[in-house]
Amino acid sequence: MAKKTETKLDFGSKWDYSAAPESASHAEIKKEYELYINGKFVKAEGGKKFASINPSTDEHIAYFAEASDKDVDKAVKAARKAYNEVWSVMPPKERAKYIFRIARLIQERAREFAVLESIDGGKPIRESRDVDVPIAANHFFYYAGWADKLEYAFPGKTAKPIGVAGQIIPWNFPLMMAAWKIAPALACGNTVVLKPAETTPLTAMKLAELIHDSGLPAGVVNIVTGAGATGAAIVNHPDVDKVAFTGSTGVGKIIQKAIAGTKKTATLELGGKAANIIFDDAPLDQAVEGIINGIFFNQGHVCCAGSRLFVQENVKDIVIKKLKDRLSTLIVGDPMDKNTDVGAINSKEQLASINKYLKIGVEEGAEIYQPNCMLPKKGNWCKPTLFLEVSQSHRIVQEEIFGPVLTVQTFRTIDEVIDKANNTPFGLSAGVWTDKGSKIFNLTTKLRAGVVWANTYNKFDPTSPFGGYKESGYGREGGLQGLAAYVKLA
Amino acid sequence: MTNNQLIALKRPIDQVGVEERVARFQTRSIKNEAKNQGLKMVLNMIDLTTLEGKDTEGKVRQMCYKAVHPHDALSDLPTVAAVCVYPTFVAIAKDALKGSGVKVASVATAFPSGNSSRKIKLADTKIAVDAGADEVDMVISRGEFLSGNYSFMFDEIAAIKDACGKARLKIILETGELSTLDNVRHASDIAMLAGADFIKTSTGKISPAATMPVTLVMLEAIRDHYYETGKMVGMKPAGGISKSKLALHYLVMVKETLGDAWLSNEWFRFGASSLANDVLMQLAKQADGQYQGLDYFSKD
Repeated sequence: MAKKTETKLDFGSKWDYSAAPESASHAEIKKEYELYINGKFVKAEGGKKFASINPSTDEHIAYFAEASDKDVDKAVKAARKAYNEVWSVMPPKERAKYIFRIARLIQERAREFAVLESIDGGKPIRESRDVDVPIAANHFFYYAGWADKLEYAFPGKTAKPIGVAGQIIPWNFPLMMAAWKIAPALACGNTVVLKPAETTPLTAMKLAELIHDSGLPAGVVNIVTGAGATGAAIVNHPDVDKVAFTGSTGVGKIIQKAIAGTKKTATLELGGKAANIIFDDAPLDQAVEGIINGIFFNQGHVCCAGSRLFVQENVKDIVIKKLKDRLSTLIVGDPMDKNTDVGAINSKEQLASINKYLKIGVEEGAEIYQPNCMLPKKGNWCKPTLFLEVSQSHRIVQEEIFGPVLTVQTFRTIDEVIDKANNTPFGLSAGVWTDKGSKIFNLTTKLRAGVVWANTYNKFDPTSPFGGYKESGYGREGGLQGLAAYVKLA
Repeated sequence: MTNNQLIALKRPIDQVGVEERVARFQTRSIKNEAKNQGLKMVLNMIDLTTLEGKDTEGKVRQMCYKAVHPHDALSDLPTVAAVCVYPTFVAIAKDALKGSGVKVASVATAFPSGNSSRKIKLADTKIAVDAGADEVDMVISRGEFLSGNYSFMFDEIAAIKDACGKARLKIILETGELSTLDNVRHASDIAMLAGADFIKTSTGKISPAATMPVTLVMLEAIRDHYYETGKMVGMKPAGGISKSKLALHYLVMVKETLGDAWLSNEWFRFGASSLANDVLMQLAKQADGQYQGLDYFSKD
């Protein structure tokens, strides 16, 4: 065989794709959005409001009402009334019809939701169109099916609704997270007060309009916009029975403390620092593709992002070479362009946080690699980044960066990689890449993570439970297990 | 190389992962100038092919004219890359294409089954090369490959390569008979090590012929070969690609797997006959804004 030579592929501009922007002309954006309480759109007490900004252009999108304690109180009261008088006493098969209707309306208006999600959050239209919106609709479809079959979900037990659920969702998958929260709650007979993140409230308010159009009885779903204070008002409201939160581990701990000693139950879906493990017997090209999608999907703003790569040392060189070449073909830029792979960072604050970690990584002595790509002048951008030559002791390996940043470590034996993969306060997800089935089963039983993907990554299905170990939270969303969080069993 | 050495080359391929990657290429939106440029590149990469029992000198000459004059109503059109014929028609094609720059490729080695003796296959190759073929498209012995006789395949390719002299050798794996992507990958690696200048999916006589997943696996094999040896090998999907949109998706796959160097007919070809007119129809539409009927494009 020929001698090994240093070879480089040229991913240049011989044939560049022309701009292919998705039209936004069909999506209506109002100047100002109000709160959705008791089946009506109402102004916040005192008329306080805040703006949402397009992260890819820095342009103002719309104003949103900032809900005060009083507004939250009105929302909880409306939810309580709807729970007592309508929703919990409605025959389950009637409840199902409403949930089905919401699912169908999301499908009918899928393009509009996809466009708005990309404008407000900066994610590529390809993802909002192919992932966020279809999964949101599928969750409503799936849980609509459970509404009148709860006795089969919990054999030998009677499942009763809990009451009013206070739900707080993050900015990385605004519509999808709203669906994950609302659909199972409604299916089990609970009513809802939901707060979207302050940087991405647009699709949640569009969902409020859609729910209103669906004819869902007033007060069953209430959506209030605002920042941390609004969230705290929901968590601390004495008449909220259940808190469901997806977001940072820091806020998760505050919520945990706040509800200690109360009647409230909680599900918390928090941060992650997932290990993605490549063995030398893996299908390497597919593994590299999975690693890329595992970390750069949604700019790395994914709690289950595969942010720690472990590659077996004997295939390290070829894997890194393939990773670098694949990085060169990622198209970073306008989220509305159908060819964009990596969009804008969700907010200035998040970009500052990611940049802080890039600086820490370099200062820690890690080798940084970024492809040669042009970034737009306006908006929040971060190049897809690899950190090589790192170890468990690096902060960039220990802490959740929540951006397009992958750390690469090597390992030599299975025991070593299991040890290192589990050596983190988090435990949301993990990935294993090998051609050997027995190795997969060995690892899935030993990796302490809520989800372990084998030879694939970031697969979500409404039938499959999702949730974490340790500081990644507790409780499960999705599947049969997702119902358990919204029922009292007797 | 010994059979054991060739067995050691086996690498696993994950079919689900390959199909997902292919689906991703198909989401690329190719519009406006990129479409125009891409279509011209596709036209320039076509091996215009006739491989039928009823081929005649007249048929071959007409096809050769089309190869050089795809659609004279449009200016600035490239020619196709090559014409592909049986060995007995090489001299005629060579004569008809004189001075045009269009290459003549000939199938050989008992095309399409490959079931004949080494002696016949070498003679078949020699006939094509002596008649002036610039390129030889040989079929591998799939039976030997599937029975695990990898060194037979390796030696046969090496022997034909010798017989080719200066002609470039394309190795047809007939992937529709290889059953798994692992086999496609393994056969690609053996072919390249044995001296292939190009690897090619299919004869066009077996269904399925070229598919995007199979082509991706072969492109990735070419990439690894390049990483390891620095040697470029060409790729030719053949059969089953008749629409421009699909051809552009193949081009996207080449661009994002192997990069700019392979975006030329030196290193990438389409084995096709009806694709050319579909590309011409799209180019005419790009030029004047509306689609013309199929009868406005010559069928040679």
